[in-house]
Amino acid sequence: MITAKNTRIAHNSKYVKRDLKNNRIFSDKHQRFLLTQANMFGILIFMAEQMSFFGPRVLSVSGMTQYLRALLESDEILKDVWVEGEISTLSKPSSGHIYFNLKDNTATLKCVIWRQNAMRIQSRLETGMAVEVHGYVSVYDAGGQYQLYIDAVRMAGEGYLFQEFMRLKALLEEEGLFDTERKRAIPAFPKKIGIVTSPTGAALQDMLNTLKGRFPLVEVILAPTVVQGEEAPPKIVKALRQLNQLLDVDVILLARGGGSMEDLWAFNDERVVRAIAESRIPVVTGIGHETDTTLADYAADLRSPTPTGAAVLVTPDKADLLDDLSGLQSELDDEIDNHLRQNRVNLQTIQSNLTFLSPKNRILNDQQRVDEISLRMERIFAYKTSLSHSQLSGLKARLNTLNPLQVLQRGFAIVSDEKGKILSSVDDVQVGDQVRIQLADGSLNSEVKVINQHEK
Amino acid sequence: MNKIPVEDLSYEAAFTELEQIVNRLETETLSLEDSLSIYERGQALSARCAKLLESAELRVQQLRLENHIPKDEQDD
Repeated sequence: MITAKNTRIAHNSKYVKRDLKNNRIFSDKHQRFLLTQANMFGILIFMAEQMSFFGPRVLSVSGMTQYLRALLESDEILKDVWVEGEISTLSKPSSGHIYFNLKDNTATLKCVIWRQNAMRIQSRLETGMAVEVHGYVSVYDAGGQYQLYIDAVRMAGEGYLFQEFMRLKALLEEEGLFDTERKRAIPAFPKKIGIVTSPTGAALQDMLNTLKGRFPLVEVILAPTVVQGEEAPPKIVKALRQLNQLLDVDVILLARGGGSMEDLWAFNDERVVRAIAESRIPVVTGIGHETDTTLADYAADLRSPTPTGAAVLVTPDKADLLDDLSGLQSELDDEIDNHLRQNRVNLQTIQSNLTFLSPKNRILNDQQRVDEISLRMERIFAYKTSLSHSQLSGLKARLNTLNPLQVLQRGFAIVSDEKGKILSSVDDVQVGDQVRIQLADGSLNSEVKVINQHEK
Repeated sequence: MNKIPVEDLSYEAAFTELEQIVNRLETETLSLEDSLSIYERGQALSARCAKLLESAELRVQQLRLENHIPKDEQDD
């Protein structure tokens, strides 16, 4: 309340801020407070007025209640407030509304979550849970109680954790640790995979099973660590650094099974994020369940929602590889078949060409020509021979006809004297000479008895 | 042609070479001798890959955080 004493002190205090005209400057918070004070003051004045005319006013219960409601609903803080406490006497009737008490050591606050909000709120509420709730304060008239009407719920401590998360995220993002350009490619056929996780958790077994099923020829190096609690971040960092010292690790899997934000908190630790960013070897994270994303996930070269998913991302599937192999095998066989067939065809072509062009062929050809020529020659010869023969016969016949002795056949005679001289005139002989008369088939020895000379 | 013995090749190397061989057979004009010779190598590579996939057992080694001495742990 504003009293003279207060005002005097305020006026004299050298810590009070003043503007150029020497008027007091109030901060926003202070102004809000003053406004609330003014509201209350107004209400009090109303009451005071009533009192001054009729003595102390007697309020109805409803009136009183309305006044209280106005009071509470006008308060800036109470309109939009987060409250932390433990849930007790939880009630979830079939109407869908949820009623509970939020309490701590010394006080209790009644809470309501209307059905629409209750459906939205994912967290399963249970008695005994430490929670932080958000809403506004008002009055339940009929019950005569003030209540917190809730529109959001989170686990206790999450509020602080969440803030820290956002702060770190902004800081590290600013430094560029989450940039996509920084992210490296993962080798398609890793030979060695490093795993950073708890040696006893289900995450490890899930990953090993996945690797065994998909790509058993890979070698696994496990760098065991704690994945929760205070000691987790330094141990995770150490594990990552150890793997980085090995020369032949192709990729690192950083994994942890599901849990609350607190459980996963080690993976939001700045030291862990920096170690991932510094890692020479690409890092693939598989942390928590589907909806959890930690800062480690942002810094990683690749991220999967779960440990199994991470193992899948870094390996090819044996089944697919066997399919590919089988395909290549077929292609290989087909190609060689083609080659062989082609070669066979080429060979056949050449063979027939060869046969066609071979000297033997030429020889046979020539032989045939020779035969033909011989035949022709023979024919010609035979013809010529027969021609000669007929020519010869002809000549022979002609010769025959010209044969003087042929004349004798016709009755002519050749007369010759004793000396053998052929007589062609009667003057060549005298009477009493011996003459030879040659006839066709013999000769006559005769004596000339009479000579008859033809008239000249 | 690759002279490294097939048994010494990693999965990736063997598979890649196999692809190259199929490609060569498809696109190059090779002598019959050469075709047959790389075909044989291709078959060997294919067998090696299949063997690696089907008969391999996952090997897991565990590092000791303090000493960096690898501790062998056969996983079956």
